[in-house]
Amino acid sequence: MATQHSRSAARLMMAPAVILLLGWMLVPLIMTLYFSFKKYLPLRGGDLGWVGFDNYARFVSSSSFWPSVQATLLIVGGVLLITLVLGVLLALLLDQPMWGQGVVRILFIAPFFIMPTVSALVWKNMFMDPVNGLFAHLWKAFGAQPVEWLSEASLPSIILIISWRWLPFATLILLTAIQSLDSEQLEAAEMDGASPLARFGHIILPHLSRAITVVLLIQTIFLLSVFAEIFVTTQGSFGTRTLTYLIYQRVLESQNVGLGSAGGVFAIILANIVAIFLMRIVGKNLDA
Amino acid sequence: MPLKKALCAATALTLASAGAAFAETTITIATVNNGDMIRMQGLAEDFTAKHPDIKLEWVTLEENVLRQRVTQDVAAKGGQFDVMTIGTYEVPIWGKQGWLVSLNDLPESWDAGDLLPAIRNGLTIDGELYAAPFYGESSMVMYRTDLMKKAGLDMPEAPTWDFIKQAAAAMTDKGNEVYGICLRGKAGWGENMAFLTAMANSFGARWFDEDWKAQFNTPQWSDTINFYMDLMNNYGPPGASTNGFNENLSLFQQGKCGMWIDATVAASFVTNANDSTVADKVGFALAPDKGLGKRGNWLWAWSLAIPAGTDAEDAAKEFIAWATSKEYTALVASKEGWANVPPGTRTSLYENPEYAKVPFAAMTLGSINSADPTNPTVDPVPYTGVQFVAIPEFAGIATQVGQEISAALAGQQSVEEALEKAQALTVDEMEAAGY
Amino acid sequence: MAREITQKRKIVNTLVAWTIGFLIFFPILWTVLTSFKTEAQAISDPPVFLFFDWTLENYAIVQERSDYARFLWNSVIIAVGSTVLGTIISVPAAWSMAFVPSKKTKDILLWMLSTKMLPAVGVLYPIYLIFIELGLLDTKVGLVAVMTLINLPIIVWMLYTYFREIPGEILEAARMDGATLRDEIIHVLTPMAIPGIASTVLLNIILAWNEAFWTLNLTAAKAAPLTAFIASYSSPEGLFYAKLSAASTMAIAPILILGWFSQKQLVRGLTFGAVK
Repeated sequence: MATQHSRSAARLMMAPAVILLLGWMLVPLIMTLYFSFKKYLPLRGGDLGWVGFDNYARFVSSSSFWPSVQATLLIVGGVLLITLVLGVLLALLLDQPMWGQGVVRILFIAPFFIMPTVSALVWKNMFMDPVNGLFAHLWKAFGAQPVEWLSEASLPSIILIISWRWLPFATLILLTAIQSLDSEQLEAAEMDGASPLARFGHIILPHLSRAITVVLLIQTIFLLSVFAEIFVTTQGSFGTRTLTYLIYQRVLESQNVGLGSAGGVFAIILANIVAIFLMRIVGKNLDA
Repeated sequence: MPLKKALCAATALTLASAGAAFAETTITIATVNNGDMIRMQGLAEDFTAKHPDIKLEWVTLEENVLRQRVTQDVAAKGGQFDVMTIGTYEVPIWGKQGWLVSLNDLPESWDAGDLLPAIRNGLTIDGELYAAPFYGESSMVMYRTDLMKKAGLDMPEAPTWDFIKQAAAAMTDKGNEVYGICLRGKAGWGENMAFLTAMANSFGARWFDEDWKAQFNTPQWSDTINFYMDLMNNYGPPGASTNGFNENLSLFQQGKCGMWIDATVAASFVTNANDSTVADKVGFALAPDKGLGKRGNWLWAWSLAIPAGTDAEDAAKEFIAWATSKEYTALVASKEGWANVPPGTRTSLYENPEYAKVPFAAMTLGSINSADPTNPTVDPVPYTGVQFVAIPEFAGIATQVGQEISAALAGQQSVEEALEKAQALTVDEMEAAGY
Repeated sequence: MAREITQKRKIVNTLVAWTIGFLIFFPILWTVLTSFKTEAQAISDPPVFLFFDWTLENYAIVQERSDYARFLWNSVIIAVGSTVLGTIISVPAAWSMAFVPSKKTKDILLWMLSTKMLPAVGVLYPIYLIFIELGLLDTKVGLVAVMTLINLPIIVWMLYTYFREIPGEILEAARMDGATLRDEIIHVLTPMAIPGIASTVLLNIILAWNEAFWTLNLTAAKAAPLTAFIASYSSPEGLFYAKLSAASTMAIAPILILGWFSQKQLVRGLTFGAVK
């Protein structure tokens, strides 16, 4: 259906978005690359000359590099796992007949509207504080020693805080997908005597696969750059220093722009590895 | 750009015709959300009444965010702020870079000679005063007189670390949520490392030797950290590894700490009956020592400075001269009482008989005077700074060291491991910086 | 019999769903409740839920200390401005991807999404320098531009998936009738795509409203939105739970209310083409 004319019109219409994004990607990227080969210390007078790959070598050989990659992957993986598993379960639940479904949905969706800074502050102070937090009161009420959430269980705590924000998002997308499922198909399977588990495994889950990949893709994009939740709660202590946070420490706390930029390049590489990996799955699922 | 100019002109015209016959200058003030600064913001009408041609824009941020913002801005020369609230750590570094405007020409009546010498020296580089102190602080021991009596002990005016440990053991009553001692554990160069560096000084430890070699592999550091861990693990509150100044303050105010060694400014909070349940049961003592001639107290002044390149230098100076003046002190005293004036900057305040009645006045002055930034510890050092090292790399290094020690306090690694990692990362960063 | 079973099931479902919903919502409820307590009640042990002396004191203190209206206004301008601008740029792009697809369309789309993975912290310094050069620091224009660029990929993608569900035959029919490209977009496509565009706009307002890195680092006084407002209450000296709660409530209330009122529209388009 596409004529030569409409093709060039299409290009023209795509141009603003593509050019803007290209600029938004390339300009900072080139500047980051430029800084990454420099010894650039703003607090010591700025540009102190070219240093080749020194910054890269230093960034990778630092003892905090691999733990930070690990922390990043654990947080992304943990949140994805929790939001997907619970998301599917909650979506199944919300799909059932019940009273006040609209209100329940409003309760479910609310955390997604909350600023990450606010949610981190609220969780940290009012729930996880080992003396005045609500959890501490709860633990004491049962005669248990309050848990020091953000130090003893730092990673799980951060995963919990982030999951709380993303669970509604996952649930809603999955719920919409479940609702679009042909109910006759399910009823037919029920007639045939398929167990609920079999019905879930053979009909519902395959139907959800596209929705799941979408959730996977979108959340990964946002989770790779999680910052506020860590900045507010642990500031990267207790094994919660992600790659993003490590770069933050290099650029802003140590004011070593060269080293931080080299880290930025590594983060871009990591993001792209994850992206390619994801695109492979998602790309296949998004065809059709 | 002509369009922009035209727009500016138009805006200016509208403003002028709107009734302002004078040229209005706006100054943007970046400050911390500490109590004293919030009070200043509340009292700023006094300033604007005297200077109707100056408009104040406040950017009040939490300490970590503020520091990140102003450092980023001054280093990249963004010109976002006309007055910045910075500390004794930043002033010498930024001053040397030529990033701050000298305040030597503040009016005679402002009386620079009245500033406490220890504080003034910390803000002066090569004879130029680069920042005006808003409030100054050292650290000291705050303790519960009732619990001390109950334990059958008597706090000396200048305790030793051994006495502190003995008292902490005697006061601890975990069943009733009373912990003998509360100390900072939250990682950060301005959090646990401020306390630990000052404490280490009294143990004879230092950050670097005269050749800038990191010293975390010395027995002095090992002694310091082990003693600290011993105190905190046995007599400290739960979750100590995430407690900073603010968390400990609220614990103390709730009566959950027997002793607390921290900033002298906390004294006015813990004795304030509005917020503190133990206001009338607090005593003060100098920071402890180990008999080596140095005490574990620091020196800090939150100060107001003007970044070079601002377009409102004169107005900014007017503001600083107001906020750090004797008259401002008197203004606060008249509205909120003497206990709430910003402490620790002026000799005249401590000579004031009214202020002398404040229970913590003498101890604060004594603590500030006993800190010596140029000669902080037992052995000679190549740096200045009591609880910090005044080099640009310090904040980054110390925060990471702080995280290692915080992790050890949380029981995730041993003291030896923490110090080993601290040593390695310090050596590494110092190399990167070219030492 | 069967009726009874479903009735029973419905009761169980309702109970379970309401309980979980309450738990998920509880942190927000607790924040709002705490904002009406005194500082002492906010940390009292055991905690008080409803039976305390409700007070507006914290809101008064917060309002006295910071000019809430200005932060709110900046947030609104930045969130709405960037969304509108982003949508205007994205509609044509998404249209051409959906209706005149080429082999490269999917690559371009995925590439667009991948730009969102650039770590913001890593490029803060370059962006800061550029902003100084252009005089954009602490301006709403600068922030609107950044927010637009950040969210552009999501907008394009959402619109693309939505447009793609519109049958091409309708467009062809319109074309037969002699409609120009402009007519086609304005009179045929847009009306059909309104629900999708609405949902996209809503999601992006939410994302832009809650973005806390750029909005904090590129502003000072004039353009600072609610994320900066929160940063001045996060850990002051002394007791602060109640004041923090009041400030938090003020920061999240507008977007929460908008979200609730529009949740049907939002959810409908939140599928990213995952539902066929």
